[in-house]
Amino acid sequence: MKKERVLVQCTVNGKEVAEYVDPGESLLEMLRNRLGLTSVKKGCEVGECGACTVIVDGETIDSCIYLAVWAEGRNIRTLEGLEKNGELTRIQEAFIEEGAVQCGFCTPGFIMSATVLLEKGEVLTREAIKKQMSGNLCRCTGYQNIVNAVEKVMKENADQK
Amino acid sequence: MYDIENYYNAETIKEAVTLLKEHPEARIISGGSDVLIKIREGKLAGTSLVCIRDIKELKGIIKMDSGDIYIGAGTTFSHITSDPVIQENIPVLGEAVDQVGGPQIRNIGTIGGNICNGAVSADSAPALFSLNAMIRTADGSGGRTVPIHDFYLGPGKVDVKPGELVTHILIPEKEYTGYHGHYIKYSMRRAMDIATLGCCVVSRINPSANILEDIRITFGVAAPVPLRCVKTEEALKGSPVNEKLYQAIEDKVREEIHPRDSWRASREFRLQIGGEIARRALERTVELAAGGERK
Amino acid sequence: MIGKSVPRVDAYEKVTGRAKFTDDMVPPGCLVAKVYHAAIGNGIVKSIDTSEAEALEGVVKVVTFKDVPDHCYPTPGHPWSVEPAHQDVADRNILTGRIRYYGDDIAAVVAEDERTAVRALKLIKVEYEEYPVEIHPRKSMYGSHPPIHFDKKDNVLNRTNFFIGNVDEGLEQSDTVVKRSYKTSMVQHCHLENPVSFAYMEKDRIVVVTSTQIPHIVRRVIGQALGIPWGRVRVIKPYIGGGFGNKQDVLYEPLNAFLTMQVGGRPVKLELTREETFCNTRTRHAIEYDLTAGVDKEGRLLAKDMEAYSNQGAYASHGHAIAANGLTAWRLQYACPNIRGEAYTIYTNTPVGGAMRAYGIPEAAFAIECFMDDIAAEIHMDPLEFRRKNLIRGYYEDAYLKPIAANSNGIFQCLEKGAEYIRWEEKRKEYAAQTGNIRRGVGVALFCYKTGVWPISLEIAGARMSLNQDGSVQLQLGATEIGQGADTVFTQMAAETLHLEMKDIHIVTVQDTDVTPFDTGAYASRQSFITGTAVKQCAEQLRDKILAYAKTLLPKEETRELSLDHGWILAGDEEAISLGALAQECYYSLTNSSVITAEVSTQVKKNTIATGCCFAEVEVDLKLGQIKILHIINVHDSGRLLNPQLAEMQVHGGMSMGMGYGLSEQLILDEKTGRPLNGNLLDYKLMTALDTPDMEAEFVELNDPVGPYGNKALGEPPAIPGAPAIRNAVLHATGVAFNEIPLTPQRLIKAFTEAGLIGKEGEQHV
Repeated sequence: MKKERVLVQCTVNGKEVAEYVDPGESLLEMLRNRLGLTSVKKGCEVGECGACTVIVDGETIDSCIYLAVWAEGRNIRTLEGLEKNGELTRIQEAFIEEGAVQCGFCTPGFIMSATVLLEKGEVLTREAIKKQMSGNLCRCTGYQNIVNAVEKVMKENADQK
Repeated sequence: MYDIENYYNAETIKEAVTLLKEHPEARIISGGSDVLIKIREGKLAGTSLVCIRDIKELKGIIKMDSGDIYIGAGTTFSHITSDPVIQENIPVLGEAVDQVGGPQIRNIGTIGGNICNGAVSADSAPALFSLNAMIRTADGSGGRTVPIHDFYLGPGKVDVKPGELVTHILIPEKEYTGYHGHYIKYSMRRAMDIATLGCCVVSRINPSANILEDIRITFGVAAPVPLRCVKTEEALKGSPVNEKLYQAIEDKVREEIHPRDSWRASREFRLQIGGEIARRALERTVELAAGGERK
Repeated sequence: MIGKSVPRVDAYEKVTGRAKFTDDMVPPGCLVAKVYHAAIGNGIVKSIDTSEAEALEGVVKVVTFKDVPDHCYPTPGHPWSVEPAHQDVADRNILTGRIRYYGDDIAAVVAEDERTAVRALKLIKVEYEEYPVEIHPRKSMYGSHPPIHFDKKDNVLNRTNFFIGNVDEGLEQSDTVVKRSYKTSMVQHCHLENPVSFAYMEKDRIVVVTSTQIPHIVRRVIGQALGIPWGRVRVIKPYIGGGFGNKQDVLYEPLNAFLTMQVGGRPVKLELTREETFCNTRTRHAIEYDLTAGVDKEGRLLAKDMEAYSNQGAYASHGHAIAANGLTAWRLQYACPNIRGEAYTIYTNTPVGGAMRAYGIPEAAFAIECFMDDIAAEIHMDPLEFRRKNLIRGYYEDAYLKPIAANSNGIFQCLEKGAEYIRWEEKRKEYAAQTGNIRRGVGVALFCYKTGVWPISLEIAGARMSLNQDGSVQLQLGATEIGQGADTVFTQMAAETLHLEMKDIHIVTVQDTDVTPFDTGAYASRQSFITGTAVKQCAEQLRDKILAYAKTLLPKEETRELSLDHGWILAGDEEAISLGALAQECYYSLTNSSVITAEVSTQVKKNTIATGCCFAEVEVDLKLGQIKILHIINVHDSGRLLNPQLAEMQVHGGMSMGMGYGLSEQLILDEKTGRPLNGNLLDYKLMTALDTPDMEAEFVELNDPVGPYGNKALGEPPAIPGAPAIRNAVLHATGVAFNEIPLTPQRLIKAFTEAGLIGKEGEQHV
């Protein structure tokens, strides 16, 4: 099953990356297997659970249904890129404070979805937050504290403006 | 790891058409949310792909001088929903595609892909049918323009010939000016779901006379392909807007749609829901025509 | 420390993505295994040809049912029993040529990479001889030719019953007798991490790293399955992405262990797809109940009878324990002089029933709590009043299984809190006579739940502590963190008993059966109770050893009582020596060094009953067949809360699962083959954030006299009462009594049409 590999050059968590990938390789596989970014979780492989959510050029995608070759020239962010030398982002802290973490398997995907949402700077209703977080499934929390964490940081950001 | 035989990347429409002609066995891939899943399922395992993601000409929405709205086939659902031209002129389309899957899917899925996979449950289809959209293709020798009603040939089958590529969708100015539309997706979940039944009503009301001047009703998942309820439309046009009209749309739609029994939902059930969502969609367009705010 | 909402000890690792799960630890160059599943629902393999698959470049090994040990082994996560009569049913082979359900495991491929393994599966050729498929337990129980398992001719895995008093006489004396039937659906756990393991050999031993709730049990079962000494197996459990009971079963670990042996001990990974997780792991049993009860004029239960028929699917797994647990629940909580119960667990050609959060009680409680409402309706009594009239106040114990007892019982307080939140009295009246398409209602359901498995099974837990050089304490347990927060509450317990800060307790989160103390794992809401008892004992032992050692360091004339307090050894009220200084001495003293450690293995012969309730307010759109939950609250009496925030989180998750169980979740099987039609996360309707209403979690905190820190079961119970509470609220809203879950729109439309609430006729009435 030898395939000609394709060179992909992109930015991952702020760093230039160049990898030869298989054309059939998903971005999920590239991030996990080649770059060791294991926060990107595999839960369904068909874009139904959101555990593999990463940010590509400012938009969330399911990296399981996104070919690695499509990353060419793009800016990719994973959960590993949020923390800076032990300093967490507010949404990461809020996930801890609000008790939004249980088994932790869906957590990376949720934090990435929340990150994009918060960076947009909009102030949304609770219902609208739920809609924006509805591409990520969680079986432990019933979503309540996850939504609480997002709502809390959104409110803080709005208050600071 | 997707089982892909050969992968070709096109950067222009011309390149794409050339690649498709050179490799007739290859499938077009755009957002990937349908094609990759079919590869994984085994239905398309070992296929070759022509990727059209990098074709800039396929992206974007423009209101042309004619007033017609041009929607690039490679425009993603989330871009359609947030586009000011869509919001201002045909908000129903933006609302409909905002109900596809979840945010991540809406960030990769494209409207061209949505109609080209021929699924009767495509959330964009009922709105495009009710807006009398025209599908524009390229084939290296001028291409074709196909009304969307003729574009769907059967379940999973659309009118795209070998070596041909859908480039954009046109919504003619006369088809939306003065109209109001509403799409109801009936599904088992409020997100991450496919429609059990979908109904888009686009209507034109004469407010002073309180008359329904024109109406277009389209159903997804009520037949093998998206279904315009032409008979119901004809029967309703010119009717006064009142409870009798709403009862009529409910009853007539139930006679006109022919959903099937499946493990997902029974025919009986879909008939009940079909009538009800048609009524509610029409009621909503009447509210909108009267100045009701979009949610 | 107990009773404080301290943050989870694993939260930082999890919000940074540093927490390592099984698939994050796979060694480079690991081979990949894939399983070949049967494409029929019942029959035998007549022939199998793997030659083409073996010839494929990159394929390392293909094994079939002909290659595996031919003895059977049991899979459930129960403690082993040394009494053969109490041992679990051994009815599985690692691979099989006798197909008992669609998707049964026939062969496996080991390849250099996943794509090659998948391609190789397609090259395997199998010829079958097919037998008729039966997916319904009440048909299967009349036997089949051949039977699903040769030693159970009538396909009945087990049948048990019990009698208290005389039900027939009780029914005769009753003023009203009510009979109803209820049915629950097969559902799946849907933990976000699919089962995954990798296995390799070290010398002649097999190491399996796996996503499990029960590492020590997995070790034993691998030993049994392979027929090798159990000591040759080492199981390592890292962080896991949820389990909910599915990983309280030994799934593909024996196959994984077998495969590494077939390739010379090279590492082999076996990861299930989501579709395999639905079809080939475990499900919650679908159970049918026939209930009868008699009440007197005052609405007091005089007699009640339960018959239960549980669909086991193709293999025994946890088997009859699930339906039997429902029988036990039938005896508890409500006073009734005459009770009878009988349960059958029946093999069918469907995916296998196993453990799932609350172990048979969500099923039984659905039937029982719907029935309570239906009896109340029959005698025109408010359903809450009817329950209050029949509930046992205070202490009660099970008639059969001693010492299962409600050692503390806060059910009346729970009901009070719930009724107040939902405004029961007011809304029952307000919604009594509604018209129109939108109808509202309120409903209630309650439950009781044991803590751990004693005396049905063994309860044993181990703990080990050692004092570090700086006076901090290392804590090692065989009990597992599966997302519920076990590591956090164990740390709190150790800190509490040793009078230390959270930061001074270092819990080892990974279990490794080579080094971690023996504990049977996470299930039965047992760990905070059973392992908690061991943690407390171990901490007390460590404390005593520290104080004894302190005595050797202090002047002889020091006679005051010594105690531990925040890193100091106090003599009387006075700081005598810091724990850090003492620790240095115990490690490095040239005259008297002996590192202070403590280890316990504790058998617990106690059990105590937790309880609680759910109140729901719903809005029903009759014509669209949709239910909207307006308000929902769970109130729990789980004893003293170890960590209120974690407790609330457990309740949220359980409520969400309960709502899904009631409204949308069901694994639908093809009648002809038993194949799951919706075994994926698109078609199986797990609720999304947008589908989930805001939830309220409340507690009644009574100190349980039996729990190590006043605590009792909390992990599983929140999943129990939601479905029947919603169903009862729909009954209140519409007058239609649904006897089967989930309450799908299609079921609603059908029932509302039959009831004349919608459709041509109905419209005249609205």
